[in-house]
Amino acid sequence: MVLHAPETGHSTLLPSAEPVQLIDEHGAVTPHADYDLPSEAELLAAYRALVLGRRFDRQATTMVKQGRLAVYPSSNGQEASQVGAVLATRNDDWLFPTYRDCVALVTRGVDPVGVLTLLRGDWHSGYDPYEQHVAPQCTPLATQSLHGVGLAHAARLKGEDTVALVFIGDGATSEGDFHEALNFAAVFKAPVVFFVQNNGFAISVPLDKQSVAPSLAHKAIGYGIPGKRVDGNDVAAVISVVSAAVERARAGEGPTLIEAHTYRIDAHTNADDATRYRDAHDVEAWRGKDPVSRIDAYLRGTGALTEELAAGYAAEAEAVAEDLRRRLGADPVTDPRELFHHVYADRERLADQARLLDEELALEEGAGQ
Amino acid sequence: MAAPTMNRPDSDMPDFEPKVQTITLAKGINMGLRAAMEADKKVLVMGEDVGKLGGVFRITDGLQKDFGEERVLDTPLAESGIIGTAVGLAMRGFRPVCEIQFDGFIFPGFDQIVSQVAKLHNRSKGSIKLPIVIRVPYGGGIGAVEHHSESPEAYFAHTAGLKVVSCSNPVDAYWMIQQAIWSDDPVLFFEPKRRYYEKAQFDPAVSPDPLWSSRQLTSGKDVTVVGYGPTVRIALDGAAAAAEEGKELEVFDLRTLSPLDLGPVYESVRKTGRLVTISEAPSNCSISSEVAARVQRECFYSLQAPVLQVNGFDTPYPMSKAEEEYLPDLDKLLHAVDRSLGY
Repeated sequence: MVLHAPETGHSTLLPSAEPVQLIDEHGAVTPHADYDLPSEAELLAAYRALVLGRRFDRQATTMVKQGRLAVYPSSNGQEASQVGAVLATRNDDWLFPTYRDCVALVTRGVDPVGVLTLLRGDWHSGYDPYEQHVAPQCTPLATQSLHGVGLAHAARLKGEDTVALVFIGDGATSEGDFHEALNFAAVFKAPVVFFVQNNGFAISVPLDKQSVAPSLAHKAIGYGIPGKRVDGNDVAAVISVVSAAVERARAGEGPTLIEAHTYRIDAHTNADDATRYRDAHDVEAWRGKDPVSRIDAYLRGTGALTEELAAGYAAEAEAVAEDLRRRLGADPVTDPRELFHHVYADRERLADQARLLDEELALEEGAGQ
Repeated sequence: MAAPTMNRPDSDMPDFEPKVQTITLAKGINMGLRAAMEADKKVLVMGEDVGKLGGVFRITDGLQKDFGEERVLDTPLAESGIIGTAVGLAMRGFRPVCEIQFDGFIFPGFDQIVSQVAKLHNRSKGSIKLPIVIRVPYGGGIGAVEHHSESPEAYFAHTAGLKVVSCSNPVDAYWMIQQAIWSDDPVLFFEPKRRYYEKAQFDPAVSPDPLWSSRQLTSGKDVTVVGYGPTVRIALDGAAAAAEEGKELEVFDLRTLSPLDLGPVYESVRKTGRLVTISEAPSNCSISSEVAARVQRECFYSLQAPVLQVNGFDTPYPMSKAEEEYLPDLDKLLHAVDRSLGY
């Protein structure tokens, strides 16, 4: 399609016809004119994060079946998108994740049990957002994208060079907040990167019923910001494309919208049945584009990934899984009095009702004796 | 002296010291915003038309000129965007004051307010504080078109994590907006737009009442009357009119709608045995209903008559030609007082 682009240079905002890819599904390098392959050290670090992330994801999937989590939206198949995007940021850059970005949070260094706390059914996010610079995982769609814009704008006002990375799914690009966030970010020239993981489905609804735009990245041009497309199963490409956008934001040149093309191999959550709405052949085809095996093949090909290193990472991943089994396997100790603790910064606001609950609990304890 | 009883952060900026003068309610809010911005560089004003224009009601008049475009921010026209962006700013230590242009336009921002602003403190186990003030010109009586005269305060009072206040006079306007800004909890600040240009004498040396308190305005033995925001003026007029007939009304201005401060109202009703509430909002599930429920619970053996409510109807706010029939007024209030005394 041709968009008329007069002297304003808006043609440079248009996404590429094909998603950027640097390593293909067989592990072969596919050179790109605009993006360099990350260094071998970066790719080894990415490989390690992918192995850990995948093991974490498998363990969480197992534990939801055992009733240890209330629900788990798997990242299976999307690990390269999440790992690559996080590795493109500095640790003082902020992440604004959704419920499906658990692997991103583990990669940033959030305690895996903290990552799963909301999904365990608890009332709080499980980690202090200020420690790892990660906002609480957001369940309503796209609402966090505006928070990312505000925080990025705050950083500019404070003279800091931190960037906000907002995670969104393909379905969430239909939400009003997504569009308001793109527009606010563009007008404020806020240092924020919007990272859309297009995994093909919003629960059961496929992308073609969500949008008829040429690509989700094309939505950027309406707001006057660049749109980029990247192979979301190629961790090397994700690192390169997101890094360029993050550094552009850091340099004060404004926001970027990135669409990562990936696929949700598992159902929406454990409570979903994906066989009702999609073809098993499609899933098999995407398994062939697996994000871990291609970087595995590439790094073994260059000799960077030795058997010894791979075994070390696998052992590390097993330790993460074992730790999760141990700490999530125990029944959580909950105190219903916590209901009242953080509703208001002003604790006195609900003191009367807190006393009512105390009395009720005292009666129950009395009856139990 | 400025703000003697307020919990104000340390500041390297000089205190804003207004003089003894006659001010309107609109000017009171403007001066209060100015004082807060002088006191703390983290206070930002943001919204539609709040910059050069000074807002459609001129509440932010002159602020952008004096504090710059970074602190008085004309935003794109999107309420969810304004509130959601304020969340991110507050997460990094700012104290944003968001202007919603009219009551009926707050609803595009409703999700951000009730699902995010109200809950993030709790969801982060107290780590994130959101000292956001959302200013809302509200209520009718100005002959406006649809969506410009509504009273949506009950939606927000119903939501855990939010605080809701409404000023009724110029002096409270000056102090309450500052107290709301220094609150570490998010505050919905409802401004009675038809009272914007009512005047009062302002003396900065007189200390303000705490924000989370109601206030007794008249003393009387016969009927307790509770109003807030735009209806406080009607309640005071009612007390004067009733006095001519030898009836004494004890009038209260609620000021804070969530939390409610009803202790003094209970004391009053235990004395008078009668309560009439007055509010522009529809009565169903309203602030008035909550006041009535609590008073019957706390003052059951003192009540000589059922609690009566003078409210708007449970209809959409009418076109301006019919608003006089809709709005509570002096006649409706005095009629309710007579009914209460007739039991």
